[in-house]
Amino acid sequence: MSTIEAAGPDTHGHDDHGHDHPSFLAHHFDTPEQQFDSGKLGIWLFLVTEVLFFSGMFCAYAIFRMTRPDVFEGCSQFLNTKLGAINTGVLLFSSLTMAWAVRCAQTEEHKKLTALLACTLSCAMVFLGVKSIEYSHKWGMGLLPAGYFTYNPANPHPAGGTNWLLWLCLPFALLLIGVVVWLVVSVVKGNKFQVACAMPLSVVCLSFFLGVGLGAILESGSAEGGDHGAGHGAIASDHGHDHDLVPSQLPESGAQDVGRGGGVVRERLAQDATNTGLQNELLARQRQSELASGTVVELEDEVSGPISSVPQEVLTPSRAGVFFGIYYCMTGVHAIHILGGIGVLVWLLVRSIRQDFNRQYFGPVDYVGLYWHLVDLIWIYLFPLLYLIR
Amino acid sequence: MSSPSHAADSHAAVTDHAHSDHGHGEHREGYDFAHPLPLWILFTVFAALVFLTLVTVAQSNFDFGAYDVAIVMLIATVKALLVALFFMHLAFDKPFNLIVFASSFVFVGLFVIFTLSDSRMTSDAMEPVQDGLVEVAPTVATP
Repeated sequence: MSTIEAAGPDTHGHDDHGHDHPSFLAHHFDTPEQQFDSGKLGIWLFLVTEVLFFSGMFCAYAIFRMTRPDVFEGCSQFLNTKLGAINTGVLLFSSLTMAWAVRCAQTEEHKKLTALLACTLSCAMVFLGVKSIEYSHKWGMGLLPAGYFTYNPANPHPAGGTNWLLWLCLPFALLLIGVVVWLVVSVVKGNKFQVACAMPLSVVCLSFFLGVGLGAILESGSAEGGDHGAGHGAIASDHGHDHDLVPSQLPESGAQDVGRGGGVVRERLAQDATNTGLQNELLARQRQSELASGTVVELEDEVSGPISSVPQEVLTPSRAGVFFGIYYCMTGVHAIHILGGIGVLVWLLVRSIRQDFNRQYFGPVDYVGLYWHLVDLIWIYLFPLLYLIR
Repeated sequence: MSSPSHAADSHAAVTDHAHSDHGHGEHREGYDFAHPLPLWILFTVFAALVFLTLVTVAQSNFDFGAYDVAIVMLIATVKALLVALFFMHLAFDKPFNLIVFASSFVFVGLFVIFTLSDSRMTSDAMEPVQDGLVEVAPTVATP
């Protein structure tokens, strides 16, 4: 092929595409294998940039976890391990179906290839559905990045907030309606190819709501029970939750005078912003009495004197907020990659229905597969690092 | 990768003996390169991945202290290796692709290690110490 082209530039026609050069082989490649290998190197280079891109976020995670391991332990209690584990399983299964799909493209099992791609897509949608349950639940509780963090342990589920789940489901509901309308129209018009495309795609769109249902069941199962109780108990919240931790041993002397005669005066004096010394002392006494009465439990013994008795709260905007900032950033960018993967998988699905792939041309399936496995691989690290901190 | 040598080959073929057996498809060299992975490998790898996921969920119930992160990362890395070697075909791929991919982790390692050691040396906390719990009016200088 290339010898012909090189030998005679005047006869350098593309008219020989029919016999020697298959239609799927770009004219600047000698053989399908060369085309495949070039594309494969390209996708590996892309995956390298992806790894480096995610490493920035993993680095932020590592720095913050190194400086504040207690924040991670405290905040991780708010992440539902069950949902994370289910999502891990869903992604692993989608990886299996994707790898299997690559095999089917190589062995030219077209029907199976379409089915497996649709299966991979459905898993991606289930993943997003479960994720939207997780996100909306946390947004409703005010567990947001630093600037928006409004979580209040005394009132974890404030009423009258935005129904975030509705907003998250809305685009997918519109998509489902659109695809179903497309399916009906193409059935009516008798366009077989479009029916073949729209049928698996409507199943795919439906599986988002399967994921939402699955997530809702698991979330409601654990929300009242262990998960949140553990969350509130492990974190020292000064709103009088019952917990079995033993308060730090503190000298009782002077701990009780807040609220009595002297305390009132001190309090009034301390209102004066200039009187910082008295303010600090009052604060220290307040902390001490809280500790002594067991309404607050310190993770560390911090109350040492009147000056630097800064409460080591985990659930403050700038501590928990940074954790949730990292959480939303990492899982959110990962979810965006899932969305991107859904986009290219839909393209593959349509092409597989068109039976574009054969054992000499399965590159696109393989490349998308590699991308999909990388997304899975990142989740393999995200799940234990975010959800499984005790 | 193999493209430069291929191009050189075909040009050599032009000068030496044009229209040789090269590229006319009798041998179909470069046309039969698909190596479908046996299904049992795929299923075994999937089973191993699910098993390791269960292990990593189970281990989070036990307290290993400082080794916690190490154990979690070890399990995750084993899972990642399984995915990379079998699902991503790296075990059967051209070594060059493996080198390219593995080299990215070398640079990730350099990046994370240098940044972590730097942040350890320069700052011990990422947030202000007085953290909004204490409402203090701006301090006016006392006479």
